[in-house]
Amino acid sequence: MDIAQIWFILVAFFFVGYFVLDGFDFGVGMALPLIGKDDTDRRVMINTIGPVWDLNETWVIVAGAVLFAAFPEWYASLFSGFYLPLLLILLALIARGVSFEYRHQRKHRQWAQNFDRMIIIGSVLPAFLWGVAFANVVRGVPMDENHNVVGSLFDLLNPYALLGGVTLTLLCLVHGAIFIALKTDGQIRIRARRLVLQAAVPTVIAAAWFLLWTIWLHTGYAPDALQAAGSDRAPGVGLVWVILTAAAAAVCLLAAVALTWRGKEGTAFTAMAATIGLAVVTLFLSLFPNVLPSTTGVGGLTIANASSSDYTLGVMLWVAIIMTPLVIGYQGWTYWVFRRRLTRDHIPAAETAEAA
Amino acid sequence: MEELFDPLSMARWQFGLTTLYHFIFVPLTIGMALMAAIFQTAWYRTANITYLRLTRLFGKIFLINFAMGVVTGIVQEFQFGMNWSEYSRFVGDVFGAPLAIEGLAAFFLEATFIGLWIFGWNKLPALAHLACIWLVSIASMLSAYFILAANAFMQNPVGYTMNEERGRAELTSLWEVLVNPVVLAAFPHTIFAAIMFAATVMIAVAAWHMRRGQHTEVMRPALKTGLWTNILAFIGVAATGDRLSLAMVDAQPMKMAAAEGLYETTEAASFSLFTLGTPDGASELFSIRIPYLLSLLSTHTFDGEVEGINDLQEQYVAQFGAGDYTPLIWVTYWSFRWMIGLGIVSAFISALGLWRLRKNAKPMSPARTDRWWRILIWSAPLPLLASLIGWVFTEMGRQPWIVFGLMKTEAAVSPNVAGWQVALSLAAFTVIYGILAVVEFKLILKTAQEGPPEITDDDAEEGEGSGRDQLAIVY
Ligand code: HDD
Ligand code: HEM
Ligand code: HEM
Repeated sequence: MDIAQIWFILVAFFFVGYFVLDGFDFGVGMALPLIGKDDTDRRVMINTIGPVWDLNETWVIVAGAVLFAAFPEWYASLFSGFYLPLLLILLALIARGVSFEYRHQRKHRQWAQNFDRMIIIGSVLPAFLWGVAFANVVRGVPMDENHNVVGSLFDLLNPYALLGGVTLTLLCLVHGAIFIALKTDGQIRIRARRLVLQAAVPTVIAAAWFLLWTIWLHTGYAPDALQAAGSDRAPGVGLVWVILTAAAAAVCLLAAVALTWRGKEGTAFTAMAATIGLAVVTLFLSLFPNVLPSTTGVGGLTIANASSSDYTLGVMLWVAIIMTPLVIGYQGWTYWVFRRRLTRDHIPAAETAEAA
Repeated sequence: MEELFDPLSMARWQFGLTTLYHFIFVPLTIGMALMAAIFQTAWYRTANITYLRLTRLFGKIFLINFAMGVVTGIVQEFQFGMNWSEYSRFVGDVFGAPLAIEGLAAFFLEATFIGLWIFGWNKLPALAHLACIWLVSIASMLSAYFILAANAFMQNPVGYTMNEERGRAELTSLWEVLVNPVVLAAFPHTIFAAIMFAATVMIAVAAWHMRRGQHTEVMRPALKTGLWTNILAFIGVAATGDRLSLAMVDAQPMKMAAAEGLYETTEAASFSLFTLGTPDGASELFSIRIPYLLSLLSTHTFDGEVEGINDLQEQYVAQFGAGDYTPLIWVTYWSFRWMIGLGIVSAFISALGLWRLRKNAKPMSPARTDRWWRILIWSAPLPLLASLIGWVFTEMGRQPWIVFGLMKTEAAVSPNVAGWQVALSLAAFTVIYGILAVVEFKLILKTAQEGPPEITDDDAEEGEGSGRDQLAIVY
């Protein structure tokens, strides 16, 4: 394995971290109107992610920066090629971030409700659009010989990608609901568990469909098969690996639902984190060793032609080796410090928006 | 559509506006985190409630501001790829490294410990909680260092080699990039400038309350701290600005020539305080000049030679081929003066303030006192304006290059992003940033006017000891 391939794994690692961690923040945001009956409920829910949402979101910043450093061509083609979806993601993340911070600054019902709406939109939209974007990366996009993505927005909105968006959104919703069940008590916890079970059916269907479609694209029988004649896509790791991780993701998803049903929230959360992690791994595996394949037969990017020089990859690997365990260590400690469940009793009654 | 919106100028406007907007919040984040850390340390060591109240007040202002710094920062991180893909391909091998280190070493640290600090008031042991705010402060400075190192590469490329086959710059020494003479000067300069702004915000908050005669016992120390900090930080800014000038003359003599509008190479060059002349500065009608100052700034000698625009232009044409290598003179000329001038005015006001506060000062008439408080309040934005204008100088003075001597800005833009798309994103950012600016400003104002929270000795005790397992409910 050469050093560029190690960096491919590291990029995958940071995106796995992002979707596993910010994934439940998105889910909590989506669940606000579904679980929160009043302002106090919603404040409990938001405070469960209060100390951690920012560090979770930082994973995407680091993933982006790592992509830039290790695979400049990939970063450049992907971000310019997906201009409008990324713009929407940015706007949504801005809305979500300031809403967490500003929602509580005034005890005013309308004020809080406006920010709730922004949190909901700011959670659904990025989850959906990241799903669309990643599905398109796996499927390939039209490119020219200079590696520029040339398709229009509508090329990105193909059925496979849309299904990817729906899948990721639903996975995040379930993930967030399990997190709420794990971190709260009383009625909110009960409602959160109920939400997990309700959302389970569509989620399992969407995820299974999406993973099967991904496998089907690999078999060569699909109309838009990944190894179409004339494609400059480099041959991948073999179908069997993609099938294995996809199957493992599916098993974890079923386990997460079953464990929630049995009331084992801690293990359920772990299983759900594994589901999302494995789903992302499946996508990266089916991409490997390509990084942004072309559907036009020219300009496709692979690990080899998108990566930085060996020197850059080498020093940056040292930086990553030193920093990453440290980061995981202190972030783990944060989760441990804030491990207690939250309830409505923690929210000072005089402070809720309803009071004003 | 294509003709209506030129992709290049749209992308430049968007980058300039969003970066400057990001930098509205950055100085307050850097400066206030430090101030909050210092106050909390003072409280930890003296157990004096005044310091706890100041920590809480300025900590809250810091947090409101921090949120904006974070959300606008994400846009910055993505914009290189979205709008400047050719640039990203060309320098990613070099430029990506400091950005990635910034993320791994600074952003993670800051985002994690800020959560621990906000929500951990009653939960963490006092010393651990104090460590959190110090880590936040250190992380904010680290992030400034790495981003400035990345920017310094654009001003003065070092530690790279050209790979002709792949048509890109490749890193040969990360160390050289991180100790670029430009970043070594720009980093302390920027940090001192940030501290100046935090100081004037502190002064303004204190003056606002003092003017109403409220919270005097807490606000007086805050006022004094602010005034002293602003003056000392200004000295730091000036000293490091001097070093930065030297580094800049080395790397980009054209920028210094453009800063003075100096067309002919001159020995013992003077520095004009202001000039009236033709808009492009090519001929002057009237100016006030300080003899030798430009030579002094550029070379640290009175009679040093300062290269003029005409010579440099000729030299660059010979070196890089035909083209215009002169930045917009009126922008560089005036931005350089406004940056320095606003800083001097701010420091001068602070010095006067200290003079007024001295023990044996003669009492002033109420009307004059009132005017005096108002000056202190309204002069708060001066260092921020100076910083923003300083960036306009730095970035506009580098034009037409995006990476000096290696790549022109016009070659850096994403070829596949249509002008209307950039126009759309520019409009979207302008609208949402505009709304947020109003909201954020009002919230900071409200927080500042509510003043330092009342904290009894009991509360403070509790904060340290009991209720250890309570999460501070924040949101
Ligand atoms: C409070 C703000 C403030 C004040 C009072 C000053 N500056 Fe400044 N200056 C900045 C805030 C700033 C800045 C915003 O932080 C910049 C932009 C880029 C940078 O690194 O710092 C900057 C850039 C900057 C540059 C451009 C560097 C380059 O392009 O590579 C020079 C030469 C100076 N400064 C020099 C000075 C001098 C001689 C000052 C005399 C007192 C001074 N500055 C005051
Ligand atoms: C890593 C750091 C930075 C990079 C890579 C960078 C890059 C760029 C680019 C690509 C442009 C567009 C070219 C142009 O418009 O002329 C630009 C312009 C600009 N940048 Fe920077 N910049 C950096 C840091 C900053 C910072 C921190 C600020 C200030 C807060 C800043 C302020 C500006 C301004 C005001 C412009 C507009 C100049 C113009 O319109 O020509 N830049 N910079
Ligand atoms: C144009 C280049 C820039 C980029 C790409 C950029 C990127 C970012 C990002 C992604 C964040 C959010 C970090 C988080 O989520 O915690 C951020 C925040 C911040 N940036 Fe910038 N920034 C730029 C310019 C600057 C400059 C020039 C400075 C300082 C001199 C600076 C200092 C900060 C600070 C202090 C924060 C807030 C604290 C933090 O989160 O670390 N930034 N920036």
